[in-house]
Amino acid sequence: MSALARRNQGVESRRRTDWTMARFILRRLLLLPVMLLAASVVIFLMLRLGPSDPALDYLRLSRVPPTPQALDEARRALGLDLPLIAQYADWLWKALRLDFGQSYVTSRPVLPDLLHYLPATLQLAGAALVITLAVSVPLGVWAARYRDGLPDQIVRLIAAIGVSMPNFWLGFLLALLFSVHLGWLPAMGRDGWSSLIMPAAAISFMTLSINARLLRASMLEAAGQRHVAWARLRGLSPRTVERSHVLRNALLPVITATGMYVGELIGGALVIESIFGWPGVGRYAVSAIFNRDYPVIQCFTLLMVAIFVICNLIVDIIYAWADPRVRLAAESAP
Amino acid sequence: MTSLDGELTGDLAGDGLPPPHAHGRASFWREARWPARMAAVVACALALIAILSPWVTPHDPNAVDLAIRLQPADAVYWLGTDHLGRDILSRLMAGAAVSLGSVAVAMALILTAGIIIGGTAGFLGGRVDQAIMRVADVFLTFPTIVMALFMVGALGVGLTNVIIAIAVTHWAWYARMVRGIVLSLRRRDFIAASRLAGASPAQTFVRHLLPATMAQLLVLATLDIGHIMLHVSGLSFLGLGVTAPTAEWGVMIADAREYVWTEPLLMFWPGLALFISVMALNTLGDALRDRLDPSLRAEHGH
Repeated sequence: MSALARRNQGVESRRRTDWTMARFILRRLLLLPVMLLAASVVIFLMLRLGPSDPALDYLRLSRVPPTPQALDEARRALGLDLPLIAQYADWLWKALRLDFGQSYVTSRPVLPDLLHYLPATLQLAGAALVITLAVSVPLGVWAARYRDGLPDQIVRLIAAIGVSMPNFWLGFLLALLFSVHLGWLPAMGRDGWSSLIMPAAAISFMTLSINARLLRASMLEAAGQRHVAWARLRGLSPRTVERSHVLRNALLPVITATGMYVGELIGGALVIESIFGWPGVGRYAVSAIFNRDYPVIQCFTLLMVAIFVICNLIVDIIYAWADPRVRLAAESAP
Repeated sequence: MTSLDGELTGDLAGDGLPPPHAHGRASFWREARWPARMAAVVACALALIAILSPWVTPHDPNAVDLAIRLQPADAVYWLGTDHLGRDILSRLMAGAAVSLGSVAVAMALILTAGIIIGGTAGFLGGRVDQAIMRVADVFLTFPTIVMALFMVGALGVGLTNVIIAIAVTHWAWYARMVRGIVLSLRRRDFIAASRLAGASPAQTFVRHLLPATMAQLLVLATLDIGHIMLHVSGLSFLGLGVTAPTAEWGVMIADAREYVWTEPLLMFWPGLALFISVMALNTLGDALRDRLDPSLRAEHGH
């Protein structure tokens, strides 16, 4: 085959790859509303078929004595006297126009309130994700490089502590050390980067521990493959082999895992916010759960599902971009 | 949708061989390294404290005495007293019972659901299997804490509902493991022989398939117990699980929040108890995994 033909073939295959990639992304994007719809049905049914009566909770939160008459009125006002399917259709029709109802407690529309608090939570979870990756990748590489040596033992110990540490307790310990004793960082509030460090660190300790161990295992597995032996035989330096032939492959499981970390980190943020007075969605959601403020719980959960599904979509796209085998599989699929 | 677990423990479903059998406790002890031995001692001590706590606490864990509130540690109150004058050590011991008790109940629920659902999927196969596993996939991929929060929102606040929420968010891992093992064994001759000998499907499952899953279930359960303990305490810390005045470690930390700057030890002790317990159980789980099931070597995180 001539050089020109080979080059043309390369261009051709790249074009085809771009196209499959686009189709892959498009298919996943089309799946997104379907998943959200399915989630909304489950959430709706769980809340409606749960053991408690929304009308009763509504009256309790409005401080109205639950007389049978008041209950009837509340049921009618909330549409609870309609059949389930009609209730859901009503809810869905409003939800499609971004109307998720009003909080039973504050009587304010739910979605604007949630969207008001959400960015702070996402910022915190995002910072925690950055810390997770920035710390765990060097740790994992270091542990794998000196397998069973001292660095490996150190990383193993850090990881063992990290997966066992209650994040809310760690938050208090960090605040005691860095705010009270050293006075380096603010203990409360959301005021610039310095206030972000401690809560993000407290949230990320668990995920960075898991990720360091994951990357170590994945590095060792990748290092045992034949193309790595071949790279070594070719006389490439150990660092080059490690970077271009081992780490590159070893990062693939990490990309997948990152999708899971997003959920863990947002969940961690919901807990940690209360310690550091971080003005996120956590306090709002927890008090709604405590009060059984159904419209808030419903909208909050759906929002979490949406964020999680979108993050996983992004992760899948990055994965497909990073691993040519996925693209090729997508190509051969019908 | 991606699954971390699918990537990491996918080989579980694949290897059809039952895991190497344990040689009993004594041998585990002899071969374990010192961290595992220490973890085993801590875990046993913890279980002992939890069981005996109604009788052996030095003071009544719920006796309020404002005259002696926020006492430093001394000979009578070994770890001092809290903001209501309750003995911290006694509350820690009583808290062990609540923590371990709720985790044990949650784990029993999870194992039961996992064995029944996973066993059904694996044993029946076909469409039933497909349907069950699609549902399980949703539970596998979704973040447990958010799902637990939602479950508590739907069911209401309280320890019972937290336990149910934990069970609902964790059963799928076990179901998938059981299903994988059952699926790999169900075409083997000894299963057919058992059916031919007249055993019912349920009998065959209990007598011949369940034992093969035990080692891996034990490992997964031990690895998960610490994680679940953190969950229960975290939800109690948020005020959604165990509620005051019951002594529970998460509640104790939440109670200590107002005094965290003036009396930091108040929140230090329950956190330390939680941390040490979880670490001991995790270490024990790691050691059991290395012993019973080397194929599970990859991290189990969710």
